[in-house]
Amino acid sequence: MLIAKVIGTTISTIKDPQLVGRKLLIVRQTDETGTTYGKPYVAVDTLDAGVGDLVLTAHGSGGRQTAITRNSPVDAVIMAVIDHLEVAGEVVYRKE
Amino acid sequence: MKIARVIGTTISTIKDPKIKGSKLLIMRETDQSGEFIGKPYVAVDLVDAGVNDLVLTGHGSSARQTYQTKECPVDAVVIAVIDHLEVDGEVVFRKS
Repeated sequence: MLIAKVIGTTISTIKDPQLVGRKLLIVRQTDETGTTYGKPYVAVDTLDAGVGDLVLTAHGSGGRQTAITRNSPVDAVIMAVIDHLEVAGEVVYRKE
Repeated sequence: MKIARVIGTTISTIKDPKIKGSKLLIMRETDQSGEFIGKPYVAVDLVDAGVNDLVLTGHGSSARQTYQTKECPVDAVVIAVIDHLEVDGEVVFRKS
């Protein structure tokens, strides 16, 4: 899984029928302190995450193991919203 | 599998029901001597690893071949804690 920050949403009318009603969020990977880097990607949101939230995303076939994404044409899913991150005994991120 | 070092933990309240109770550790891949390479990722801990332990992580659909992670939305799992690493006949890492 990757730690990522939600940076936006995608809206589309024409899409695979199995994606109708699914929330597709734009996320960007972060390091262990919540600092973003790299390219953005899109993940299906199953947990009602919001912009600015730090989340965990599962990829590949792991992205299709939730009740909402089973047998859907998706390869990334948000499966946890992070409350806080602890590195070397110190809290480096805490959800506001 | 990848050799990685545990650098921290993630705590989240809102997560997929299938991973309730799973310990999610922040990992960073290392080379064969235990030196960090690459960016952090998160893996489900099955072997009660601790921060600073050198471990092996299984990825992709292999990560769901364990009893605890079967059909869960995860793509990385800690499958072993490394005692020592031997390269070219020399011990390059030993757990302290």
